[in-house]
Amino acid sequence: MDIFDKYSLPAARHEKVLKAGTDPFGVRMEELYSATEALVNGRRTILVGTNNYLGLTYDPLCMDAAIEAIRTHGTGTTGSRIANGTYATHIALERALAAFLNKRSAMVFPTGYQANLGILSGLAGANDVILLDADSHASIYDGCRLSGATLVRFRHNDPADLDKRLTRLGDDGRCKLVVVEGIYSMLGDRAPLREFAEVKRRHGAYLLVDEAHSLGVLGDHGRGVAEEQGIEDEVDFVVGTFSKSLGAVGGFGASSHPKFDVLRYCSRPYMFTASASPSNVASVLAALSEIEQRPDLRHRLWGNAKALFEGVVAAGFAVCAEMSPVIALRMKDEETAIYAWNRLLESGVYVNLALPPGTPNGACLLRASVSAAHTPEQIAEVIARFAALAEDLAALERATASRVPARL
Amino acid sequence: MEPEVEGPELESIVSDLCDMLQRYNKEQIELGAETSLSSELNIDSVEVMDLIMEIEDKFDIDIPINLISDVETVSNLARLVHERMKGG
Repeated sequence: MDIFDKYSLPAARHEKVLKAGTDPFGVRMEELYSATEALVNGRRTILVGTNNYLGLTYDPLCMDAAIEAIRTHGTGTTGSRIANGTYATHIALERALAAFLNKRSAMVFPTGYQANLGILSGLAGANDVILLDADSHASIYDGCRLSGATLVRFRHNDPADLDKRLTRLGDDGRCKLVVVEGIYSMLGDRAPLREFAEVKRRHGAYLLVDEAHSLGVLGDHGRGVAEEQGIEDEVDFVVGTFSKSLGAVGGFGASSHPKFDVLRYCSRPYMFTASASPSNVASVLAALSEIEQRPDLRHRLWGNAKALFEGVVAAGFAVCAEMSPVIALRMKDEETAIYAWNRLLESGVYVNLALPPGTPNGACLLRASVSAAHTPEQIAEVIARFAALAEDLAALERATASRVPARL
Repeated sequence: MEPEVEGPELESIVSDLCDMLQRYNKEQIELGAETSLSSELNIDSVEVMDLIMEIEDKFDIDIPINLISDVETVSNLARLVHERMKGG
């Protein structure tokens, strides 16, 4: 018996994936040229799977702020927030985030994953119930598990199903926390938040929205899906990440609940980890101000999303959701998805390969994410490569069909 | 080893569960109380959670997903459903 025996199934599956070409879970960015281009397998590659929605990783203001922070505050804090790891800039960022989101308070975490871990396990305890959307991100599931709360899943994006489950639980004196995301990372579909808010209000539950993929992307000011649907006051807790539209690493939780800050000394994932590095904190502060002052970034993002969305639809691909900066193409099976992903990479386009169980309902996907930093030429190039892929897949399909002997 | 499920109520739950499990029965094996969900049916963690949602709706009960880590066989699952129906 070997300690790794329990992973024999996923290991065998990974071996099979490797035989088809490049390891999709071990892609190496050999050189970075910009927010949208890198050297992969020795080839100049357009990046269409990095969640770098506003392209701020190479924004001059953000970069200068990070460099300046390293010069003035060093490379790391070497301490947790409850010891020596709280700098004036951590507090400044928390105030800026709270002000941006119109919430009373915000807490910063070193990663987005930890933000969900820290906020969920901090908010809910053994005597509470968390109702989570079935398609929630792994960080939500892990945070829920860590909380020790009773976990009830409801059907994805289905307020009526949530209503049914809350009704079944009844008024048993336990606190109920409903957890949804703004834009779902795999398919790019967004939550009907207005309807969810109505249900949670009727049942006296709390509502937490993870705006990881929607912050900086949705709403007139980029505050996310809650702003877009005009129900920010109904959202009790917001969670988000710095590693997408804000172009750095880290995450946050925000709320107007007067007791929210108790989590600073009750949430273990907040307390027992080193705080975000000074350069991260500084670049995110700059990125927030870019989001506030440059709505053109968001307009460019949506222009690019529309162009790519229309391009892949015209090429004949099946898209999984309405148009958004996350564009997921449904492949007929795992083999086809792996093949298509390799062909795209060989033609100089990087997207994400997404396979079950990481995807809902066993879907095998090519997942593209668009950036404001993509040029019209890059988008045109990517569409052309997708069109070539569509022809390739159609030819493959015809060849397979002709090999199948007639049975009837 | 867990004792065989007894009593007409449990038997009927096992039978209902076996019907619901047919959708996940890729190898078309014979299903019974002692069929293992993970090693015989190869149901992955997400499929188990989806199955739980279907069971919740069919029996009009809640089965918190914290409770399913101990479930290995159809009989374990039937006992869990039975307990939740009794308000356990």
